[in-house]
Amino acid sequence: MYAVELKGITKRFGPVIANNHIDFQLKLGEIQALLGENGAGKTTLMRILYGLYHADEGKIVVNDREVQIRSPRDAIVNRIGMVTQHFTLVPTLTVAENVALGYTQGFHLDPKKLEADVAASAKRFGIEIDPHALVRHLSVGERQRVEILKSLYRDARVLILDEPTAVLVPQEVDVLFATLNRLREDGMSLVFISHKLYEVMAICDRISVLRDGKAVGTVEKEKTSQSELARLMVGRETFGVTRQGENHPGKPLLRLDRVSAVDKKGLPALKNITLEVCQGEILGIAGVSGNGQTELAQVLSGTLKPSSGEIRVGEKKLTGADPAEFTAARVGRIPEDRHGGVVGEMSVADNLALENLDKFVRSGMLDRKAILENAKRLIAEYQIKASPTDRIRTLSGGNMQKVLLARALARDPLLIIAPQPTRGLDVGATDYVRKKLLEQRDAGTAVLLVSEDLDEIMALSDRIAVIYEGQIVGVVAARDATAEQLGLMMSGAWEVAHAEN
Amino acid sequence: MLKIERRPAPVWVRAVIPLAAILVTFILTSILILVAKANPFEAYYHFLIAPLSGQVSAIEVLVKSTPLLLTGAAVTFAFSAGYWNIGAEGQLLAGAIAAAGLGMALETFPPIVAIPVMILGGFLAGMVWAAIPALLKVKLAVDEVVTTLLMNTVILFLISFLLNGVWRDPLSGWPQSAQIADSAIFPKLIPRSRLHLGFLLAWVVIGLIWLVINRTALGMRMRSVGMGPEAARFAGVKVGRTMLTAALVSGGIAGLAGVSEVAGIHYHLIEAISANYGYTGIIAATLGGLNPLGVSLAALFIGLIDTGAQSVSRALGVPIFLGNVVQATLLLVTLGMLLLQNYRIRRV
Repeated sequence: MYAVELKGITKRFGPVIANNHIDFQLKLGEIQALLGENGAGKTTLMRILYGLYHADEGKIVVNDREVQIRSPRDAIVNRIGMVTQHFTLVPTLTVAENVALGYTQGFHLDPKKLEADVAASAKRFGIEIDPHALVRHLSVGERQRVEILKSLYRDARVLILDEPTAVLVPQEVDVLFATLNRLREDGMSLVFISHKLYEVMAICDRISVLRDGKAVGTVEKEKTSQSELARLMVGRETFGVTRQGENHPGKPLLRLDRVSAVDKKGLPALKNITLEVCQGEILGIAGVSGNGQTELAQVLSGTLKPSSGEIRVGEKKLTGADPAEFTAARVGRIPEDRHGGVVGEMSVADNLALENLDKFVRSGMLDRKAILENAKRLIAEYQIKASPTDRIRTLSGGNMQKVLLARALARDPLLIIAPQPTRGLDVGATDYVRKKLLEQRDAGTAVLLVSEDLDEIMALSDRIAVIYEGQIVGVVAARDATAEQLGLMMSGAWEVAHAEN
Repeated sequence: MLKIERRPAPVWVRAVIPLAAILVTFILTSILILVAKANPFEAYYHFLIAPLSGQVSAIEVLVKSTPLLLTGAAVTFAFSAGYWNIGAEGQLLAGAIAAAGLGMALETFPPIVAIPVMILGGFLAGMVWAAIPALLKVKLAVDEVVTTLLMNTVILFLISFLLNGVWRDPLSGWPQSAQIADSAIFPKLIPRSRLHLGFLLAWVVIGLIWLVINRTALGMRMRSVGMGPEAARFAGVKVGRTMLTAALVSGGIAGLAGVSEVAGIHYHLIEAISANYGYTGIIAATLGGLNPLGVSLAALFIGLIDTGAQSVSRALGVPIFLGNVVQATLLLVTLGMLLLQNYRIRRV
């Protein structure tokens, strides 16, 4: 008997078949991964199970009984819960209120009893959360716990988690995994959507792989390996792109001298950062998310003015310069937030031209032919799957990133600022982006790579700088660096250890 | 079972929408027309057909749509850059003040001088009035929806102050300015009608804003700021400066509507110089989907039902407010349908 069985699920979006006759079985008391690249159809399949989409064909069987799930309400009745990637919480309400929202009986509301109920429920499932706390004061990890609790409070026995680790820092991932293990021991069945191989191997019992909307197989964790999963996922073995050999870096190109900056809330985010990036090297910035990486990239992209210090590219002083001045100084900038970095409603061609608009003006008017030609050329060169006139928001994350990469690299930059360039991308697109960055480095460009993915940092960088609470706690040569050492530095323990010695 | 999906309706549905809107409005408002003891079919004939059946009234439709073409263009220009200018009404009045002042002062100049100076003056006055909230927005991030709206009331009092004080007409003693010089009056496009130079001016402006928005670097920067300010800023677009430009030009265009009403229709500055043209311009811009061609069609259409409302009340003796009701219903239904065209109903 299965907790949930999906039989022959097919879902079309216009001409695209997102799910093509997919069979899926979830055993009682297991954590099953749904693995696949972006766009493989994982989320669509689970949204169908949770009633957010409706299958064109196929059946849903819950506890050996065929059921109709037309809305999340039906799913909840069938004791199915889902934690989506974008949380649906009311920030101004408390944890208890959010959990009970839409699930209260009668007219009268007893806040005390509500909080007690929610606290009891949290305790029973071992979820650490303060029911009185306002959701807007919670971290992302805590908010996710509230979402999980919401499903549990509604008596879910099947819980779907859509890329739950994408928003979490490493410590929070550990807490999440502990919670999931506990729920499994409790007899619950969980679906864990992910495209990260090591996570899937760490937490799941069985792994179902989707590729291009089709189920390509389900394997037991014990009987598989990361490389087999990778092969199933992309149809080939991937080992990732890594730096080959040592470069002899040239002269320092980017120089930061005691740069400080404050974040949106006015709190200090960067404290006296002094750094150099040389020609022909990749300097990796490693760190746990939220330690000033975002602000560092912003300061170097012209979107955040430093409060003190000096920034130089070559001999040019760029302290507090605006984005156009950075571009003019041949700094190629990639935005950290891909979707916020493109004008979604404008075409691919227009987005590609936007940074360099003056080049596309002839006698006062836009030279639309030149804009299109430019787009066609870059689309071909960067293998972007899109036509120049497509609205850019219709592109996949990988193609969008290629557009942004093409725009930055097309101007032949001396320095590239690449914050989180592969975050959320599938294996193919990730490899592509990494390859391009290495090509640039080999051609003598200075590259500043910010990433929360330590493997990526270690695979690409020539030197690694670790950022912790807005400070650079150390710079090491990549060939000497170990994951353990970097991990200690990233957690702030390195500094303490050194001080004690 | 039926299901609603978010997917654009087929093209033929979009083409049918205006007609469907009229039909739905007809059904909704027939009840009221019946209560007013008139025949709904007859009423609708007067609303939509009668204004176009005679030359005089057909020209009148164009006259009515002239200020709406200009305010619609003004609003479209600002909205394209994501600057929510609700102050076209006030900017129109600023343009009207300038036109009246210059029109009275330019008595000794020939039309070839007086008219361009007046147009330029009205444009500048609209810009100046738009500059206050625009600068507040760009420099201090003050919400322009509130400030542009409030500026409309401020200038209404300024006009009242002028017309009850220094500018009060010495001949009649009424709260209106003296008549502008003959040389400053817009020439008629068709003799013995009210259709004047302003109509032509409006179309020139519509053509120009289309060109600027769609075919120039400024226009592309404006659109990028309107649709993705963060992305635009990242790409090196100067968001504040772009928005300021759009806001000022928008104010200037609205000012032209004021010039056109003073120099083409009234020849005096009066308190009721604008029949809410600034606000109706927002409706025209929205109905027209911020596309200059669509906006101009919307302005013509609103001009038609404006004219029709008078025709209905005259012919059938129903209150003129019924015209307003029908007009408002039609606009709401049309806007609703424009929204619905993004969805499809499908059998599951």
